[in-house]
Amino acid sequence: MTQAVRIEGLRLEAVASGHDIVDEVELTIAPGEVLGLVGESGSGKTTVGLAVLGHTRRGVRVASGRVFIGDTDMLALPERELREARGKLVSYVPQDPSTALNPAMRIGRQVVEVLEFHDFGGSDEARRARTAEVMHEVLLPSTPDFLRRYPHQLSGGQQQRVGLAMAFANRPKVIVLDEPTTGLDVSTQAHVLATVRNLTASHGVAALYVTHDLAVVANLAHRIAVMYAGRVVELGPTAGVFDDPGHPYARYLMAAAPDLGGEREMVGLPGRAPSPGKRPVGCAFALRCELATEECHVAFPPPIEMRPGRMVRCVRPGAVPDRTKAPPVVASSSTVSEKPVLSLRDVTVSYAEKQVVHDINFDLSPGECLVLVGESGSGKTTLSRSIGGLHHEWVGTISLDGKALAHSSRDRSVDERLRVQYIFQNPYSSLNPRRPIGASVARPLMIAGVDEKEADRRVGEMLERVSLTAAHARRYPDQLSGGERQRAAIARGLAADPEVLVCDEVTSALDVLVQASIVELLAALRRDLGLSMLFVTHNLPLVRSMADRIAVMMEGRICEFGPAHDIIERPQQEYTRRLIADTPKITVNGHKDHPDA
Amino acid sequence: MGNIGVWKFIGRRLLLGLATLLVVSIVVFAATQLLPSDPARAILGRDATEQSVNALREELGLDRPAVEQYWDWLTRLVSGDPGESFNARLPIMDYIGDRVLNSLFLLVLASVISIPLSLLIGAYSARKRDTAFDHVSSNVMLALASLPEFVIGMFLVVLFSTIVWQVLPAVTVIASGEGPWNHLDQMILPTAVLVLGAVPYIARTARASIIEVNESDYVEMARLKGAPEEVVLWRHAVPNALGPVFQVIALNVAYFAGGVIVVEFLFNYPGIGGALAASVRVRDIPVIQFLVMVLAALYVTVNLAADLATVLVTPRLRTRLK
Repeated sequence: MTQAVRIEGLRLEAVASGHDIVDEVELTIAPGEVLGLVGESGSGKTTVGLAVLGHTRRGVRVASGRVFIGDTDMLALPERELREARGKLVSYVPQDPSTALNPAMRIGRQVVEVLEFHDFGGSDEARRARTAEVMHEVLLPSTPDFLRRYPHQLSGGQQQRVGLAMAFANRPKVIVLDEPTTGLDVSTQAHVLATVRNLTASHGVAALYVTHDLAVVANLAHRIAVMYAGRVVELGPTAGVFDDPGHPYARYLMAAAPDLGGEREMVGLPGRAPSPGKRPVGCAFALRCELATEECHVAFPPPIEMRPGRMVRCVRPGAVPDRTKAPPVVASSSTVSEKPVLSLRDVTVSYAEKQVVHDINFDLSPGECLVLVGESGSGKTTLSRSIGGLHHEWVGTISLDGKALAHSSRDRSVDERLRVQYIFQNPYSSLNPRRPIGASVARPLMIAGVDEKEADRRVGEMLERVSLTAAHARRYPDQLSGGERQRAAIARGLAADPEVLVCDEVTSALDVLVQASIVELLAALRRDLGLSMLFVTHNLPLVRSMADRIAVMMEGRICEFGPAHDIIERPQQEYTRRLIADTPKITVNGHKDHPDA
Repeated sequence: MGNIGVWKFIGRRLLLGLATLLVVSIVVFAATQLLPSDPARAILGRDATEQSVNALREELGLDRPAVEQYWDWLTRLVSGDPGESFNARLPIMDYIGDRVLNSLFLLVLASVISIPLSLLIGAYSARKRDTAFDHVSSNVMLALASLPEFVIGMFLVVLFSTIVWQVLPAVTVIASGEGPWNHLDQMILPTAVLVLGAVPYIARTARASIIEVNESDYVEMARLKGAPEEVVLWRHAVPNALGPVFQVIALNVAYFAGGVIVVEFLFNYPGIGGALAASVRVRDIPVIQFLVMVLAALYVTVNLAADLATVLVTPRLRTRLK
């Protein structure tokens, strides 16, 4: 079969240092095929995706290799021909449509424009007709009124559909999708994925789908390529890779993937992939791999054909690291009989005088983990911020151990403030960049009036509790990885010796393996310290193994509430059912639902 | 445009501008009241008798309570009559109307040349970022920005009017009643000084703004859609880079009003700068008040125009106006 895309020996370097960003990449994609390119942030997956369009970002250059689209080598084209190929032969769907659409141009214009660049149809009428048609294909209205809107007047899902419309407008042979559903909630994501699947299948378009989320590509991609530290370490049919990962890294990825069924615990892997310039001579994963031997540090293993069509770059393909053997879930033993530690009665929250959360009632028992799940805009974060005293516009009663809390954290007593701790979504902005980690962690201790020497000791203790070391206290946030920062933020929360931990989407800014390790940590803390947790998330599978009860929020109300198992297995509300159905699923060892199956 | 929200916005900003001018008028009036010497004495000279000074004070209305004087001045100013010069004993418009026009002409000429010129330089440097052109223009800009106008002005005079070449007039000779537009050759050097003073600021802001926009996702997206470089620049980058540039243009046009005073002095240009300096010397209070109000009105207008222009090129701001 002739391949739509053929990448040969691709190496991209940093211009300044000559360090490899991506190396030894060999991939092919057949017409109509979707290839999932999976990797953590910094693995080089986006760089490869852009190279398919003959594009490199500032500071990156192509060192060697070829990228053929049909017979055209995109890396050898002169500028003019390259421009003609982009948007016509091969097109790109960006990661974040809210920044990739021109804010000063009407969306209709932005779609028509890509047709004009390539003189589609030869006339304005033909281009108008094609615009209407492609808008229809991506399930957007094509009324003049809609086409005259500006990007900020569209929802995130609609913006991404405009991105798809631009990409499909010229009926390209190849399309590169760069995490196009990041930041969209599960329902919108499901719709966008369905659109991509239909368009690629019906037009025979070859697609490179770049993502860090295995679950997203599980039901979309025909084959999967796993990247680590700039190299493709595993390549094969989706079902094969999922059922029986050949590379230990791929195994860890599978083990870290959240499981909605809740039949297995997630297993995380601390640490991070080495960045360009710090990569070792041998296998870059060896530093984190429990199976690594002498030989792994000597040289990067050559590709091994594990099975026909299955390529693995590991000296021990198919070996199973012990840690990835997922332990079965231990049934939660919390009892909901005791006096609640936190209770909400008729809580109604407004934002700028607009009521956004209505009549919330629930109790949180000591040691319980309550998961508040909902799509973006459902009011879950607003509610949790009210509990934490960070948002003041609410009425009703929020009480801690039977005593009503003041609206604002400023009006709460020191003791009350310490007992409810809030962990923020983004560890990149929740730690003061100008203070060492130790000072941030010590903050609640200072507020509690602990003397300095005792505080130092406790800080070290807290950091070790979250699997950092006492030495981290002297480092600054920018010297830590995202996962380490989130651990530090959790340590800060723990330092207050809290009863209730409010976790607001604490894993959404992190890579898959790190996500899993943070959830592992929180589960352990809860078990060991008897903490009560309110876990706010849009990612239901992620917290499935931890949740005692689940509250599903929709449009500011709790629409379904009950024991986690019941909600997942027997959702009563249509909304909950849809939320669960739209959540991409992976079933490790027993992969179903595959397009080829 | 037909967007009612935009008109409401303009109306609101105009009212705010008028309120600003009202405050300025109070401050200006109060300040001239506080001037240490008596205008009547300044006019009549040191040898005048106490009697004649008092008579003149009465004639000029200076013996009345300050609030009454202020109200009288303000109502007449609003109705278009700024009063009479103490010194020349002429209605102000007759006395310095020409000069206001002359200065305005100089200012408009400098703006019309400097704005497009600096945008072009800024856009081109941004596109040729880190090339020889960019480095050279950056350094020249920096040098120009760090030189005061009178240094630039004298340098130009040395170069074009006196020592090196004698191709341009070193001073302006414009008779009253004669528009400066009849003496364009005499306008070249004064205009050049103002332009050279303003271009560095606008061009550097334009360059930075366009570079920032150039790194944006939507500009990368435009390239990946196959847009020719000209389209990327003029359709995708420039419109989004204009907002900050408008603000800096407004600052510079407002700065021209001040720079005009230096330049006018340097080239003996018959504008408001000279008039203002002379009036302060002789305590010609009505003229001072009028000129300061003219400058204040210019500031307000220019800033209003910049805000409006920013709103018009930023759909996110525009559609928020209802």
